[in-house]
Amino acid sequence: MTQQVEQIGRTREEMAQRLAQDIPNGSYVNLGIGIPELVARFVPEGRTLIYHTENGLLGMGPSPEEGEGDPELINAGKRHVTANPGAAFFHHADSFSMIRGGHIDLCVLGAMQVSQHGDLANWSTGAPDSIPAVGGAMDLCAGVKSVYVITQHTTKQGEPKLVERCTYPLTGVGVITRVYTDLAVIDVTPEGFKVAELSPGVDYDYVQQRTGAPLIPHNA
Amino acid sequence: MINKQVSSPAEALADVFDGAVVMVSGFGEAGSPIELIHALIDQGARELTVVSNNCGSGEVGLAALLKAGRVRKVVCSFPRTANSTVFPDLYHSGKIELELVPQGTLAERIRAGGAGIPAFYTPAAVGTPLAEGKESRDFDGKTYLMERGLKADFALIKGKAADNHGNVIYNKTARNFGPIMAMGSKTAIVQVEEVVSAGEIDPEVVVSPGIFVDRVVEVAQPAHESELVAAGVSYP
Repeated sequence: MTQQVEQIGRTREEMAQRLAQDIPNGSYVNLGIGIPELVARFVPEGRTLIYHTENGLLGMGPSPEEGEGDPELINAGKRHVTANPGAAFFHHADSFSMIRGGHIDLCVLGAMQVSQHGDLANWSTGAPDSIPAVGGAMDLCAGVKSVYVITQHTTKQGEPKLVERCTYPLTGVGVITRVYTDLAVIDVTPEGFKVAELSPGVDYDYVQQRTGAPLIPHNA
Repeated sequence: MINKQVSSPAEALADVFDGAVVMVSGFGEAGSPIELIHALIDQGARELTVVSNNCGSGEVGLAALLKAGRVRKVVCSFPRTANSTVFPDLYHSGKIELELVPQGTLAERIRAGGAGIPAFYTPAAVGTPLAEGKESRDFDGKTYLMERGLKADFALIKGKAADNHGNVIYNKTARNFGPIMAMGSKTAIVQVEEVVSAGEIDPEVVVSPGIFVDRVVEVAQPAHESELVAAGVSYP
């Protein structure tokens, strides 16, 4: 027996598509691993974005055809990519000078937790048996002009990811300005989380029930 | 006459000593000098400190060096991989020390070490567990952490081509840590697909100037880590 599971809110692709609408033409953009990678598929017609991948490529293009990949042309997720016309390769210290030096306009990261003050936790659960691995997320948080999060609103177990205070180890403090979830687009304001937009078919109470911090309504 | 070419990976690595600090280039498999790493396993040096972005995959390359029990400590930004249990097993059994460093801080520490800068301040990791025990200082109203430059006794690097003066060019995103590790090490050893005569690489395209490179060794057809792992290879 098959059961139709009703989709409430946006799919991963729709979340990525929604975020892509908000990136200005000509931006230099770094996309994190996971849902953030999907954003590149949905750049609106007429806009050109330059993608940076911290392992040393500016002007990253789409994945190659199956079997066409070059093991020495990869992204930060270690997947095969291509280089667009106008691309450039560089070493790691230059790459992180672009990041830390404020030259990248926008970074989109996944999250384990985001706090109402814009703190991000996305690298470790702090569990004693986990292998700590941080990569470039802390540098991205510290240096990129705007850092957005794209994530499911709750964990697979239904726990809120948007919380008053992160309980997992932090990646950055007060760095997140906007969160795109399946249920809403939410701004991080000095007063806390504020709904910028509810996903189609989702109402405020539904989102507030699944958020671990007070949510200021859109029109407040 | 200058000639930095040596005849084999074994010759290039002959003087690596027990307890040495060894930088290893690569981001995942891109730029990982597998043939040099395998030659280092054969050479036998122990109690090494390895500085590298990752800890290898499967049981080849860096993961094989770890599995052989030659490494006392890794300085690394992302030791976790989907297809290797070598590092997790060593880490959980307390047989290896991990110094976890944000990737940009790792790169800048290596660059600084090679550039004669003993320490610098960075905004990365402020307010996180990785800031614990570090000096901090405010500049222009913002807090920064002090980080030390990193130096190594040896660097094992993968390039695309070199001339006999040690000028090196790289291939695409395999460049990653190579140029800064060449700067940050006393003895930089670079494996390349082709060693050419001085003058054959256009000075305008040289990425690592020869002053940073001590030995170049030709490995005409380097293996790719993913292919070895897919074939189930375990080194040695």
